Amino acid sequence: MSVKYSTTPSGTVTGRFSGRASLIIGAILIVALLAAPYVLYPAFVMKALCFALFACAFNLVLGFVGLLSFGHAAFFGAAAYATGYSAKFFGLTPELSILFGGLVGGVFGFVFGWVAIRRQGIYFAMITLALSQMVFFLALQVTGITGGEDGLQGVPRGELFGLISLDEPLVMYYFVVAVFLICFAFIWRVVNSPFGAVLKSIRENEPRAISLGYNVDRFKLIAFTLSAALTGVAGGTKALTVQLASLTDVQWQMSGEVILMTLLGGVGTLVGPAVGATLVVSLENFLATSGLPVTTVIGVIFVVCVLVFRRGIVGEFNAFLGRRKH
Amino acid sequence: MFKKALLAGVAASALITGTAMAEGLSGDKVVVGVLTDLSGVYADIAGKGSIAAAEMAVADYGGTVLGKPIEILSADHQNKPDIASTIAREWIDAQGADVIVDLVTSSVGLAVQGIGGEKGVVTINSGAATVRLTQKECTATGFHWIYDTYSLAHVTSPAVIAEGGDSWYIITADYAFGHSLEADAASVIAEKGATLVGTVRHPFPSADLSSYLLQAQASGAKVIGFANAGQDTINSVKQASEFGIVAGGQKLVALLAFLSDIHSIGLELGQGLNVTTGFYWNMDDETRAFAERFNEKVGRMPTMVQASVYSSTLHYLKAVEAAGTDDGATVAAKMKEMPVKDAVVHDGTIAANGRMIHDMYLMEVKKPEESTGEWDVYKLVRTVPGAEAFQDPKESGCALVE
Repeated sequence: MSVKYSTTPSGTVTGRFSGRASLIIGAILIVALLAAPYVLYPAFVMKALCFALFACAFNLVLGFVGLLSFGHAAFFGAAAYATGYSAKFFGLTPELSILFGGLVGGVFGFVFGWVAIRRQGIYFAMITLALSQMVFFLALQVTGITGGEDGLQGVPRGELFGLISLDEPLVMYYFVVAVFLICFAFIWRVVNSPFGAVLKSIRENEPRAISLGYNVDRFKLIAFTLSAALTGVAGGTKALTVQLASLTDVQWQMSGEVILMTLLGGVGTLVGPAVGATLVVSLENFLATSGLPVTTVIGVIFVVCVLVFRRGIVGEFNAFLGRRKH
Repeated sequence: MFKKALLAGVAASALITGTAMAEGLSGDKVVVGVLTDLSGVYADIAGKGSIAAAEMAVADYGGTVLGKPIEILSADHQNKPDIASTIAREWIDAQGADVIVDLVTSSVGLAVQGIGGEKGVVTINSGAATVRLTQKECTATGFHWIYDTYSLAHVTSPAVIAEGGDSWYIITADYAFGHSLEADAASVIAEKGATLVGTVRHPFPSADLSSYLLQAQASGAKVIGFANAGQDTINSVKQASEFGIVAGGQKLVALLAFLSDIHSIGLELGQGLNVTTGFYWNMDDETRAFAERFNEKVGRMPTMVQASVYSSTLHYLKAVEAAGTDDGATVAAKMKEMPVKDAVVHDGTIAANGRMIHDMYLMEVKKPEESTGEWDVYKLVRTVPGAEAFQDPKESGCALVE
């Protein structure tokens, strides 16, 4: 599949910094995350983290395999409903209901991938879009589970491992941070593994990967399913964080939004999507009270980004560091 | 060290909740949050007009309550319930919001009412239609003001049947809102001894409704009801006019249409359409005076949602004055005791489930030659008393009703 980049992608992401520099930057980010609720409003940071995870999971297929999926909202939304429903009606503890959300996302991802992976480029995008529209239609119609346009409301946060109540905002916050860091570490591990190297080789030159004897479709399907499962975890965590799941999560605009986040932050970089997601969620939140038309402003920012720094915020930053080194 | 910080945070939040329970005004002011749709499909029926209506209510009340200032916050929830709930929590926790009004879009309305119930903050829905707000999901501090899906069906259908429309065909938007309107209307039609000739469902949203309209026309039913909303309703009415349905003697009924919808349809195409509303500007001197002031400020006549934001904000402020505090539970109880009386709602009461019960009106869209101005679009067909228009609170299934 041929999502071509105007610039040479950076190969391994860690290659930009020395090991020590990466560690220091990572440590600073983690400290910032831990300290954030004392500076920023925790509910807002939690939501930003959920979308950051969503974008990172999406980037796993767009950035590292080169598959442009237009159906990730289906995994996000289906998992949000699954987590919300299981927490509310089956009484599952939060960690189990999120895992259940991840499982649902993964199963949907496997089915979507199995159908769509045989096609390339725009056809792949259209098939994923069509399938996700079916999921949207189900969400709209199966009101017994999803509540239709009213949404699934009043999802309880429950007690972690049946012991620790997550109703306290700070406890919930650190739970979300933990989920995010675990998933992010997992994505990092996948990208920097032999498996990840094969994915990147598929992105760079698929016929060559085939000629080297790799079963390309299988690698793509595994990556797609992993991405969908992680998206499911993000959707599930979001459902517990804002305590609802609604049609917004499963609508095609959400698939567009995650593409926007990923491109803004920098496709194919590890932290880029998280940066992009934080930016978009912040804009949505802060512009809401500003009286400016939110969608227009975000659109303008996107256009400027695509025209001026095509590698996204983190991509440009990396390129800048790279230029200074040489 | 980290543990200490965590403990400090927990202690601080306990302190905050502790002080909110005290008598008097929290933060030495009353904060009114207007959470609405400023950029999406509901911007015309609510939007900037709702913020203006809340500002008018505050100004009419004198700008202060119990001698303290009243502050207005506003935000665009973009019709996304997760954005709405984040903003609502932030308003309540960080900015000391005492009441949140408007809340157009049912998923937003339900989400924010839930948060208000949990945090003991008054929420007053004007824009959302879903009757679930005052049924199982009712809260002690949640109110539903001007209309709901139950009242739409229970005002329009009996009144139209009483006027002789005894056979119906319903065109329904295929989602929960449409389904519940259709079900309510069908039960009323059966109850009143009229016949339901047929129903058809169209996808939501739909630009081309011609095939559904032709089926309805061919059914020969005396009345064609539209169980849809917004752009779908506008399209339905405009296209029905192209097929000459009204000219052929069939009556059109929009179960939900706002003044702004009729304004954009225009009298030429919309004439003869029956519409239910909880407020119309050209009813009496009081409503006209209010609407003229609104028009000067906003440049449009108020829809029932915008008028409802005015009425509900005003009623909230009166209740704060009477209760001597802005503690949510106390004010909510006071609001339910006091009759609702202002320029918009002349004679309303509030049931235990938070439902504001008042007269509803069945209107007919005027012919172009009957109209005296741009906004002079309705003539009153029938006034339906609140007790008939709204669901009996005892049947709502709300746990607060004894």
